[in-house]
Amino acid sequence: MIPRPRPERFRLRRTMMFMNAQKPGLIKDAYIYGCDSIMLDLEDAVAENQKDAARFSLYHALKTIDYGETEVIVRINGLDTPHWQEDIRVCVAGGADGIRIAKCESAQDVLTVEKAVEAAEEEFGVEKGRTLLMAALESPKGILNAYEICAASPRMFGVAISGGDFRKCMQTTPQRDGVDMLAARGQMLIAARAAGIQCFDTVFTNLDDQEGFEAEVLQNKAMGFDGKSLINPKQIRFVHQVFAPTEKEIRQAEKIVRAYREQSAAGVGVFTVDGKMIDIAFIPGAERTLKLARACGLWEGDLV
Amino acid sequence: MKNAVGREIPDFLLKDGREVYQGKNYMDGKYIQKASPRTRRYEKPQESKIVETLADALRQCGAKSGMTFSFHHHLRDGDYVVNMVMKAAIEELGLDELTIAASSLGNAHDPIADYIEQGKVVGIQTSGIRGRMGEVVSAGKLRTPAVIRSHGGRPRAIEGGEVHIDIAFIAAPTSDCVGNCRGIGGKSNCGSMGYAMTDAKYADHVVVVTDCLVDFPNMPASVEAIDVDAVVVVDSIGNPKKIASAAARISQNPRDLMMAEDVARVIAATPYFKEGFSFQTGVGGPSLAANLFLEKYMDERNIKMGWAIGGICGPMVELLKKGKVGKVIDVQDFDLDAVNSINQTPNHFEMSASQYANPANKGAFVNKLDFVVLAALEIDTGFNVNVLTGSDGVLRGAPGGHPDTAAGAKCCIIVTPLIRGRMATVCEHVVTVTTPGDCVDVLVTDYGIAVNPLRGDLIECLDKAGIKHVPIEELKEKAYSLVGRPDDLQWEDKVVAVLEARDGTILDVVRKIKPYTLEQE
Amino acid sequence: MEIKKPAIAGTLESSDAQVAVEPAEDGIELYLESSVMNQYGRQIKATVLETLERLGVENARVTVVDKGALDCTIKARVECAVFRSCDASAANIPWGGVVR
Repeated sequence: MIPRPRPERFRLRRTMMFMNAQKPGLIKDAYIYGCDSIMLDLEDAVAENQKDAARFSLYHALKTIDYGETEVIVRINGLDTPHWQEDIRVCVAGGADGIRIAKCESAQDVLTVEKAVEAAEEEFGVEKGRTLLMAALESPKGILNAYEICAASPRMFGVAISGGDFRKCMQTTPQRDGVDMLAARGQMLIAARAAGIQCFDTVFTNLDDQEGFEAEVLQNKAMGFDGKSLINPKQIRFVHQVFAPTEKEIRQAEKIVRAYREQSAAGVGVFTVDGKMIDIAFIPGAERTLKLARACGLWEGDLV
Repeated sequence: MKNAVGREIPDFLLKDGREVYQGKNYMDGKYIQKASPRTRRYEKPQESKIVETLADALRQCGAKSGMTFSFHHHLRDGDYVVNMVMKAAIEELGLDELTIAASSLGNAHDPIADYIEQGKVVGIQTSGIRGRMGEVVSAGKLRTPAVIRSHGGRPRAIEGGEVHIDIAFIAAPTSDCVGNCRGIGGKSNCGSMGYAMTDAKYADHVVVVTDCLVDFPNMPASVEAIDVDAVVVVDSIGNPKKIASAAARISQNPRDLMMAEDVARVIAATPYFKEGFSFQTGVGGPSLAANLFLEKYMDERNIKMGWAIGGICGPMVELLKKGKVGKVIDVQDFDLDAVNSINQTPNHFEMSASQYANPANKGAFVNKLDFVVLAALEIDTGFNVNVLTGSDGVLRGAPGGHPDTAAGAKCCIIVTPLIRGRMATVCEHVVTVTTPGDCVDVLVTDYGIAVNPLRGDLIECLDKAGIKHVPIEELKEKAYSLVGRPDDLQWEDKVVAVLEARDGTILDVVRKIKPYTLEQE
Repeated sequence: MEIKKPAIAGTLESSDAQVAVEPAEDGIELYLESSVMNQYGRQIKATVLETLERLGVENARVTVVDKGALDCTIKARVECAVFRSCDASAANIPWGGVVR
């Protein structure tokens, strides 16, 4: 049995790779590719008559495989299916770090899942509040309710858009410039930031179109996403490259954090770094940059 | 007697001056007496050497029971010639007690398993043994132990007279009426015919089997008419689809690509990676994909590869055409890109197996290699590699050029996933040692890199380049933690195969496997 | 648990195992075929028998076709087949209880 450490609500989540929970060959060591989180899928990847088998497989994988630093999230079946309650039981019993709520449309959906998670934590003697939640918005209603969803529970660490279903609802298809989902992505980002949780973009499914994939990742970064869902390990590297801070950003962040420590010790609240005025509002961002830089192997320091 | 890789070699094999493996380069500087064949004179001018059937050719060459027939494996899994010849010899001429000395045997030769079971074929000498033949030999059904040699060990044994070939059969994509053969221009093309060259020179009799007769003279010939007794024209010598794939594609498997990238990083971190370096790679997923990443480093440093050898396929030909490698020299070709390029593209040449890898001549190509990238079925904590037996103990592989290139190259990199299904590739003791650990320098797996402690210089290079590596024991423990520690295989005493080191000493033996049954406790 | 009807779980893909259970009267009858029989046959047998014992299965004919599955997969397939044979695989699985 591999005891997993208590999940961190806010951690680095640049890449979340989907894996069919039913395929033993895939899930046994998906972490070797270096994604930040793996997403074991009980939903779309698993055929309707194999949901039971996938849970047994998932349970033993969670209990046996040492995923190390990689976060393990499980995508459960929708609340409109007969599967989601047992999905939650197995996730909690197996000690998954988090649960992704598929097709989330309201704060009530989050609360429904939260209640079941709490009951499962009670049933399996798991520390209360350990299991984190994230929501996938897959419909216009989900997007419109994004803020209440994001703010629904202290277990919520993030929200993601699911492009496939959403585009169908909107009667559109993937566009080169991302205009098909521009408004939805924007609204979701605003909601997530307002609620203080993370925000992830959808998968890019055409593995042969590397150019299109790269354009989308660059746009994700520019819009302010924390990370992206992936379907293939070969997509990991580029996302990590794009989400890595630049040398200049790292140096700047280092200076800000260092100056802040010195100044606040001396009782000064506002000061300048390289001619720019800095106060406490800059600190979380600078610290995030340094943590990211360390995860990317670009910075070795002990400031954060 | 225990040999230098710790394997117990039974005394009954150590006769007629045969020794156990003593370590790399043990035979260096020794003299050998080359054997010469007893061949027939054809003084009277001949219009043609074409004979009607294989049976006729066998009779003309004085085929008898107890003889040794040789074959080469350029037609790979598409080969029809071995089965065709053995059928004629056994079923038409009624011969038995035959020995097959092939450069390799594969799944195409399943029917030979029947002849082994019937006792018609009593000896096998080969590099590769797979499929049903591997199973029947592993089950102890061949009368004498199979002899497994590397691609360099084979010409050494033939030239030194350890293998005497009574009749060599040359599978020729094209031949003229007197037996000048080439690997191109026909309907079953294979490109290089490098493994057949030594056979033709040292066999008492040589029979060419072709499905495409061309005008005399078929030049430049890979096998020359001066060595050929008879030419037989058949409908088809092989299945072209299985001889050479359309194009060897670089793997898209993310695991392979990840390992290939690490291989290239290791290469680029050594001092041998400089203008004019030499290179060989296997055609397995991660080995071949290393080409791709290596090219990036070559561009970055603005250097070119001097030459490449081996079994060659498309990606290397492409580098040649782009001017990024000076010369490519093939002992074998794996895809149509290579087949269509050899002897056509400037600086793309053919060579014999002896020229490629024979350790007993005066300097084979492998001895000048900077890098070789190779696969493995298993590798143990002593860096010994097994490419012959599955971890269930059954014969299903081929040393091929593995031991030769590993011994010759300045930097030998093994690339393999840590586990395959439930089999631990990195293990405590390989089932069979096919390449000794003192020839292997670096191991690249999907779980990390390990460097042979014998190579302190390379360890330093990797450290300097910031490439993480771990002791190989750590990789083995990781593998066992994933798949569980396997039970030891159970063997009977009977030796089913003898594995010669490239220098002719005995590296290991394979015994008859005792299969596990549920009734055992 | 009592094996009430034939049930099957798992696939013949590499790294997986297919487990079939059928009612029987006189103890456990195990048939095992594995691509790693010589190295892991003993351990696979032990895993299957232990799992059945934990589930309280006393009588069954069990056929395992293993394609190099890890122990955790073999356990999962045996458990799923047994629960399916009792029509109990869809909900209220005793995770961490007899399934562990």
